[in-house]
Amino acid sequence: MLRFIARRLLETIPVLLIIITATFFMIRFVPGGPFTAEKAVTPEILRNLEAHYGLNKPLYRQYLDYLGSLLHGDLGPSFKYPNRTVNEIIGDKLPVSLELGFISLAVALVLGLTLGVLAAIKRNTWIDYVCSSAAMIGICVPTFVLGPLLVLTFAIHFGWVNASGWYTPIDRVLPCLTLGCVYAAYVARLTRGGMLEVLNQDYIRTARAKGASETRVIFRHALRGGLLPVVSFLGPAIAGILTGSFVIETIFQIPGLGREFVNSAFNRDYTLVLGTVILYATLIIGLNLVVDVVQVWLNPKLKFE
Amino acid sequence: MLKRPCLIFVAAALLFGGCTKQESAPSAGSNPAPRKILRYGNGAEPQDIDPHVVTGIPEARLLDTFSEGLVSEDPQMNIIPGVAERWDISPDGLTYTFHLRTDAKWSNGDPVTAQDFVQSYQRELNPAIGSEYAYMLFNHVRGAKDYYDGKIKDFARTGFQAPDPRTLVITLLQPAPFLLHAMNHYAWYPVHIPTVKKFGGLDRRSTAWTRPENYVGNGPYVLKEWKPNQIIVAERSPTYWDRAHVKIDEIDFYPVELADTEERMFRTGQLDITNEVPLTKLAVYRREHPESVRVDPYDGIYFYRYNVLRKPFDDVRVRRALALAIDRESLVKYVTLADEAPAYSFVPPNLLGYHSDHTFKADLAEARRLLTEAGYPDGKGFPRVELLYNTLEKHKTIAEALQQMWRKNLGVDITLTNEEWKVYMDAQHSRNFQFERSGWIADYVDPHVFFDLWETGNGNNDTNWGSPEYDRLLHSALSTSNNPDRFAIYQRMEKILIDEMPVLPIFFYTRARLVSPRVKGFYTTPIDNYSWKYADVVP
Repeated sequence: MLRFIARRLLETIPVLLIIITATFFMIRFVPGGPFTAEKAVTPEILRNLEAHYGLNKPLYRQYLDYLGSLLHGDLGPSFKYPNRTVNEIIGDKLPVSLELGFISLAVALVLGLTLGVLAAIKRNTWIDYVCSSAAMIGICVPTFVLGPLLVLTFAIHFGWVNASGWYTPIDRVLPCLTLGCVYAAYVARLTRGGMLEVLNQDYIRTARAKGASETRVIFRHALRGGLLPVVSFLGPAIAGILTGSFVIETIFQIPGLGREFVNSAFNRDYTLVLGTVILYATLIIGLNLVVDVVQVWLNPKLKFE
Repeated sequence: MLKRPCLIFVAAALLFGGCTKQESAPSAGSNPAPRKILRYGNGAEPQDIDPHVVTGIPEARLLDTFSEGLVSEDPQMNIIPGVAERWDISPDGLTYTFHLRTDAKWSNGDPVTAQDFVQSYQRELNPAIGSEYAYMLFNHVRGAKDYYDGKIKDFARTGFQAPDPRTLVITLLQPAPFLLHAMNHYAWYPVHIPTVKKFGGLDRRSTAWTRPENYVGNGPYVLKEWKPNQIIVAERSPTYWDRAHVKIDEIDFYPVELADTEERMFRTGQLDITNEVPLTKLAVYRREHPESVRVDPYDGIYFYRYNVLRKPFDDVRVRRALALAIDRESLVKYVTLADEAPAYSFVPPNLLGYHSDHTFKADLAEARRLLTEAGYPDGKGFPRVELLYNTLEKHKTIAEALQQMWRKNLGVDITLTNEEWKVYMDAQHSRNFQFERSGWIADYVDPHVFFDLWETGNGNNDTNWGSPEYDRLLHSALSTSNNPDRFAIYQRMEKILIDEMPVLPIFFYTRARLVSPRVKGFYTTPIDNYSWKYADVVP
């Protein structure tokens, strides 16, 4: 297993390099730059600004300079926020996105697994219909509808929580619930599907024939196999959920990384675009590796190859 | 196997999600002390609060809170003393001598001196800083451009002089009768030189001197806390010279970009003043909570820009025909909804007493005649025209309404194209467009702002239009030291604009926002500046 992990980690290096190179050049070729604004900057001022950020050097030189500073862990200064570096911005925002992500993930798993397992074991009963319908609604209702609806109900009508912000622990409730519900819906559907497939397998019949209780059959034997599709889904889902959700962060005014990820591209904040892309790419690659390891662990038919 | 992780998640959810509001929320108003706190929606997250680096409106709000320039404006737009308690202007209008008040202090207790201003301007004109508003200084002050371009090395040879700590002398290239109003722009504000020097020096752009733990300002409030994308807390300054008139103890600036989020925060009492109002909710508020709606005139014009080198807009008759064929009254009444004034001239109404004498009016018959004369009777043979606008629902709705009017009134079909902001701006500045939505907001209150724009080769003209006579008049206006004579020249310039129509005026902006009835004395100037000194909140 260690060899497998080491090989995968080595493969990561060229993948990341390709991602960095592609992002570096793509963002430079997009029309408009960090200093393109409604009020045109005079040519002499623009020259001085470009000199300050090294944008007057040939592009390949800028690219090599960037890779050089990256090796030292320096993601560079932000163009949009002159008194902050990209390292600082990521350092500030990532913990917020992690908190939002982990709580939402918890909500998604608790809700999704419960609904999915219930729907599978009570297949074609009203319980199944209720759980499956709830999951379908969760998939269909986008966060920008669910979020404001929850705010209208709990913040404006009942006055229990703030409409937006990330100031007190209770401010976490609505955004995490909104984000969690959407993922819970997917988890529920995948769990139900996975469980149904497993419940028809011979080894489940064998377990029942040997007199195992229904609880033991479900939790000890079926769930492990039934969760395989959920685990595959969770890899990219966790990466997405952890780097934050642009929509949720904007609706609820959360100082997370998701907004920076999107806004940096709009602002042509070259260094911040690269910093967030590198982080996101690393997370996806890392989590996919974890998913592969977990899948082998859950499914004895798979081997590390 | 799965039970344990689930339990951990449940515990985590309960820990974070199930807590009650025990921490003191800066937003929640749960502070028991009788402090007067105003909560203000400030739009986007500010870039920085270094007046020599920033360019935006949220930043301007903060700089007006934490800094003060030589002069200020009262709600009636009169120039009133700021750091300078009085000033003299030489008869030729070229030399301004400012006498600084003795009680003007920085937030660390240092006196604000004339040398602070001179060194601040020297920093702003240092090319290494890359100040985007440096032109505000070097367009007017003697020697400033040469210093910026490196032609002179000795700053003492520029028009900024401090003969003693309380006297600042500024010598201009040519009279600029609007200079005192222009000085209300933060480009003219001072920075605390020892602090800037301590954190990286006077010739570095991006330093930590503006962090809350380092920042020193000279305005009515001091920076107490700055959590990026969350809150900026301003606390009443104990050293500000006019602190007796500052009524609010603390102003919390919330960087909220979405108008809908702001509106929800206003409804739950998290905000006292919003930055804007969602258009869809404006009518509801007017009906149900008129006391909370505030609409003020805003010195800016919403217009469509022609590229006069591209067909069919190389023909002035087509430019005029399109301008005469739209119903601006219906547009502002049914589409834009915020009491905007229809624009039949190029300068917002009553700008320091300037009223446009030369205006045009909607005239369908004349528009059709002009179009026929240009060779497109009833729109027949009219080339494909693409109207470019930046992606925003409001611009789309306006463009669709106007597209419909042109189709119905002139038989002309206009295609609409939207682009993301920077792509759209890039197309404008590289003049790679045919017809384009635009807007212009004054940096300071003077009609000059709206005439300067259309000078040949001005970096913001972008129409490819120019007129030697117009340029000549613009320069002669600058050398006129009294407003009546200057305004008379502007009238002649406006006549040229009406005849040539390089852009199509649509309406003059207003600024709509929600203001809680607990806020008193909240005044804005026509460029939406306001001194927090006049505002108060009641519990």
